[in-house]
Amino acid sequence: MISSFSTLRRNLKKDSSLLPTIKVALAGDTATQFLATALKGTGIDRGFNIDLFEADYNQVERQLLDPTSDLYAFDADYIVVFQSTHKLLSTFNKLPVEQQHTLADERISLVRAITTTTKSRVIYYNYPEIDDAIFGSYANKVMRSFIYQVRRLNLLLMECSMANPNLYICDVASIQNKLGRDTMFHPAIYIGSEMVLSLDAIPHVAARTLDIIAAIQGKFKKCLILDLDNTVWGGIVGDDGYEKLELGHELGIGKAFTEFQQWALKLKNRGVVLAVCSKNNEEIAKEPFRKHPEMVLRLDDIAVFIANWENKADNIRQIQSILHIGFDSMVFLDDNPFERNIVRENLPDVTVPELPEDPAEYLEFLYGLNLFETTTFSRADADRTKQYQIEAERAATQISFTNEADFLKSLHMESEVRPFNSFNIPRVSQLSQRSNQFNLRTVRYTEADIEKMSEDSNFQNFSFTLTDKFGDNGLISVVILEKKDNDTLFIDTWFMSCRVLKRGMEHFTLNTIADYAKQNGFKRIVGEYIPTAKNSMVKDHFAQLGFIQMEDTTRNLFSLQVDNYNIKECYIKTI
Amino acid sequence: MEMESIQDQVQDIFRDILDQESLTLTSATTASDVDGWDSLTHIQLIVAIEKRFKVKFSSKEILSWKNIGELLNSLHTKGAPR
Repeated sequence: MISSFSTLRRNLKKDSSLLPTIKVALAGDTATQFLATALKGTGIDRGFNIDLFEADYNQVERQLLDPTSDLYAFDADYIVVFQSTHKLLSTFNKLPVEQQHTLADERISLVRAITTTTKSRVIYYNYPEIDDAIFGSYANKVMRSFIYQVRRLNLLLMECSMANPNLYICDVASIQNKLGRDTMFHPAIYIGSEMVLSLDAIPHVAARTLDIIAAIQGKFKKCLILDLDNTVWGGIVGDDGYEKLELGHELGIGKAFTEFQQWALKLKNRGVVLAVCSKNNEEIAKEPFRKHPEMVLRLDDIAVFIANWENKADNIRQIQSILHIGFDSMVFLDDNPFERNIVRENLPDVTVPELPEDPAEYLEFLYGLNLFETTTFSRADADRTKQYQIEAERAATQISFTNEADFLKSLHMESEVRPFNSFNIPRVSQLSQRSNQFNLRTVRYTEADIEKMSEDSNFQNFSFTLTDKFGDNGLISVVILEKKDNDTLFIDTWFMSCRVLKRGMEHFTLNTIADYAKQNGFKRIVGEYIPTAKNSMVKDHFAQLGFIQMEDTTRNLFSLQVDNYNIKECYIKTI
Repeated sequence: MEMESIQDQVQDIFRDILDQESLTLTSATTASDVDGWDSLTHIQLIVAIEKRFKVKFSSKEILSWKNIGELLNSLHTKGAPR
């Protein structure tokens, strides 16, 4: 999400004249040309035309303490002050030993003097640490050590900004904590150029500066929308059951999800609204929130809870209509790249971070994005969730969807239909063990079983993959047909991964079965639904596909006449 | 596929950073021969070359090159194939 310096520099060639203009004055005690370029380039990314005044090199005091200076004549909305730790260290190096302990106080009185000279908002960069290794760790006991003075100065800056509403501290020290000093600073280039920020660090510093400006201008994030399975907890609640989810310190990588939830809860307590958008049955999705002892988030923490099988872009539109906030104030977190792309494509204003694959990395990745910059904080922020929850109940019934057919066509889906073979048998058996929700009979087959059936001429097997323009879903559905007699094909097994629900895959599958039946002279196809605790989703599966329920009091059997079968509409191509 | 020569790769970096698609470098090319090669773009060029070839230049090297030939020599001494 952080652009490279070259990208930012190229941004300057774009026409930004239609963007709102913000006047920014930049004053620094080292070379700031690159930073100036990056501020303008980042501004364009954030929708601002930055009109930048760059003070001459090393004129911080002259420009900022003189009310008649060029800088003040420019009449900036924001004054960015970048005094570097390097220059602070040179000042320190020249001080007589008996004055070294006054360094932080000296500097903070300069900052106070600046804020009393101007009525503009001042964004002041705090000080990334340089440990000059004169005292080692003993520096912590020595007031006149440089590290003591830098840390004290950063603390004084915080206190100063609390007392002065127009002073904003830009936390450059945090950036160095994240990137490391060796990335932040390029010594060989510094020697020839007076640049104390590396080209790699500058975009981060510019981004952090624009975070503050954008937030003050009213652009900030108000809502965090969370996927559930493998985002909030480990595992798939519909398949695994809430008891088996990875959560807490006992099970698998549960700690990663617990800490992620703690982060989300802190955001909620700060006033960020939490919403859930998950492909699940609502009741099943809510179960962990109600019953799992290791859940940090509870239903009370979630303002809008949407769990269904519709597409997530539509569901986020619904969340938007309930919360009445802009899409640009929403962040959507989902472990599934397919869902992220659907949302990005349909709702480009929603921020959709490219979460790392390993949940262990979620938090550090999210820390680095600084998504939730704010300019205010009050106790009332925390009550926001309740009022949205009520609104959510009201709106729950008025759902509107985009044209499903157009959406499906746009996916350019393709499916590879194959009998079982040595390549797909392991995956077929794995799905057979794990698939719970979309599973008509839930008969579990081991790898050996599958292998045996693949050689038995009484059985006809199909495996299906699904690929779309966003990527390959892999093998997602399996059908095993048993030849009962010359006329009858029995659907012994039909299961499918829930990831591909609502894509017309059921129609495609039935077309394949019917085609096979016709080609081989079968007259009817018989299906059976065996209810389990988890497969209510497919209770009406055969009826919806045009099967007629058979008169049988002990079993749920359904029959389809092959002659009357009309090929079902779907937008999946066979490859 | 034949490997692009070091000089061609350096030339690509110059073209990209300086936005001059038809720029041609020779060993004798100096900063004053190339539009836009100033002390600021020089830094971008160094960082881009360091990244491409996974090398680090010393502060002396950065200040001492008089022409492209010397820059290429620095690269060669750091193990980039000639």
